[in-house]
Amino acid sequence: MSALLEVRDLTVRLRVGGADREVITGTTLEIAEGESMGLVGESGSGKSMTAKAIARLLPAGATVEGSVRFAGTDVLGLSGADLRRHRAKVAVVFQDPRAHINPVRRIDDFMTESLRTLEDVPRAQARTRAADALEEVGIDDPARRLRQFPHELSGGMLQRVMIATALLSRPLLLLADECTTALDVTTQAEVMAILDDLRRDRGLSMLFITHDLELAGAVCDRTSVMYAGQVVETSAAHRLHADPLHPYSAALVQARPDVTSTADRLVAIPGRPVSAFEAPSGCRFAPRCPHALDGCRGHEQTLADLDAGRVRCERAATLRGRLLDPTESPTESEETADA
Amino acid sequence: MLRFLLRRGAMLVATLLVASFAVYGALDLAPGSPIAALTGGRTPSPEVLAELNARYHLDDPFLVRYWNWLTAALTGDLGQSIPLRENVSTLIGQRIGVTASLVALTSLVIVVGGVGLGLLGALRKGAVDTGVVLVSTVSAAMPSFAAAVVLQFLFGVRLGWLPVLGTGTGFADSLKHLVLPALALAATSVALVTRVTRTAVREELDKEHVQTAVSRGLPWSSVVRRHVLRNAAIPITTVVGLTVASLIALSAVVETAFGLNGLGAYLVQAALNKDFAVVQGISLVLVVAFVVTNLLVDLAYALLDPRVALGSRAS
Repeated sequence: MSALLEVRDLTVRLRVGGADREVITGTTLEIAEGESMGLVGESGSGKSMTAKAIARLLPAGATVEGSVRFAGTDVLGLSGADLRRHRAKVAVVFQDPRAHINPVRRIDDFMTESLRTLEDVPRAQARTRAADALEEVGIDDPARRLRQFPHELSGGMLQRVMIATALLSRPLLLLADECTTALDVTTQAEVMAILDDLRRDRGLSMLFITHDLELAGAVCDRTSVMYAGQVVETSAAHRLHADPLHPYSAALVQARPDVTSTADRLVAIPGRPVSAFEAPSGCRFAPRCPHALDGCRGHEQTLADLDAGRVRCERAATLRGRLLDPTESPTESEETADA
Repeated sequence: MLRFLLRRGAMLVATLLVASFAVYGALDLAPGSPIAALTGGRTPSPEVLAELNARYHLDDPFLVRYWNWLTAALTGDLGQSIPLRENVSTLIGQRIGVTASLVALTSLVIVVGGVGLGLLGALRKGAVDTGVVLVSTVSAAMPSFAAAVVLQFLFGVRLGWLPVLGTGTGFADSLKHLVLPALALAATSVALVTRVTRTAVREELDKEHVQTAVSRGLPWSSVVRRHVLRNAAIPITTVVGLTVASLIALSAVVETAFGLNGLGAYLVQAALNKDFAVVQGISLVLVVAFVVTNLLVDLAYALLDPRVALGSRAS
């Protein structure tokens, strides 16, 4: 398995009002060719910033440490035409298609712009390819849609246009940043199915950013969970749900309503999510973690391999298999286990 | 699009009608009479007075005179100048070219200078941007009569590069004579357009769709041209249209300062001479130019922003 994308110890600081604020700390993940990786976490956990760093779309004034290697090139060192070539190979599907498509240009222009500008494809030929791409994402009467303006299309249709456009330039990696969040639930399912199908057909790699653990489980091979700017766990997507490695992942799983059983009350994670710059020293999740011991707060946690996954928790091995067990009251069992 | 045009056309006609009434009525209410100007302050005998009143229809009721004037104006006849005994349309025709050229050249300066400077300020942060803001502030604070004196002194008297007075003969010479007046007339407006362009471009640069364009690996120049400037053109066109429309009236000061024989200067002169027919005629021409310019801006607006003509914002 050769890694198409390799992110190592990526740390990003943004300049906010004169001060540098850390938004990602030491993120590490890799995506193999044809693999789909989910990136899950609460708002402000650094998911989108990770994607922006990979596509080199961070705002001006951002400082970046660590390394991002994509298809053998060092992404962070790119500039000028090389950087543009890199961006062309990494297609981004953004969250809000209405804001992310220029409202004063026709769908035709939006879809064919890359082909015409970067690959010198003649206009008529580019248009034919765009029409075919629209048909592939299930849009009827593509010729008419191409002549229309974005405000004449529904949100779900625009997102399909966005996906079709992203695939049109034959990228190697797809960055889908909460690409279904702005859509209503039935449209979400449709758009997701189309995206998943087309990606598999093409054997395209994908980084799928979402806060929906189950959705990630359905469309991804592996899932990384982020908390306060750090990746705290990477596991096979289907396993994360049943057998999480990190207490935070377990808490996320437990906070989800289960469709097969009725629960009186959903389990909420105590406290509030923190961003990287306001995170405590030591384990960042410790203040909210039911399994935390004094030792967890003492030093930074590192990502370590465990059971074919990777976890940033020094107690993960001790806690194996017990995180989702409702009969086990964490604090009591901890004490006996440590005694 | 057709409905949009029809609606705008109807609004244009209504505006012109109201404006023509206001122009005619205001001058009718103004103190002084054309006869007084004609007789040079001497009191004419009652017979002469009656004769003059009859010749120029001055005794007719107001609405009748307005109606006659309006219907004649529609055929291009703006009446007679009483002091000069000449056709007003002819008098205007002799001068409209100078004013039109001046306004055209000024508009060019405003668009090229204003949009250029604004774009420069928006895209190049730091010292260049500060410079643009500084220049536009100074320029904004410069009324055209002051700018006229400064330009005349600098380029006309000190450097001797350009003529400071008169209209000139032939195309090249006429153009040369219009350069300084155009710069003087443009000073304030360039600043305004610079500021609006700078803000609009800045705002557009932060838009998500620009990020999309960047993320697709398009060259920066193409992103700026096709997405930033294209979208910022909507507010820019509005402000350019408004400034250009007001230039026609403002040209009076500059034409007087540079001794240009244009409509603006002539309007002031005619008002001083109590040459009511000329004042009415020129005012009507100014109103028409203003309204037509605004119509063109609205059309440009609809062409630039597809959401206008079809969406609810058109009303």
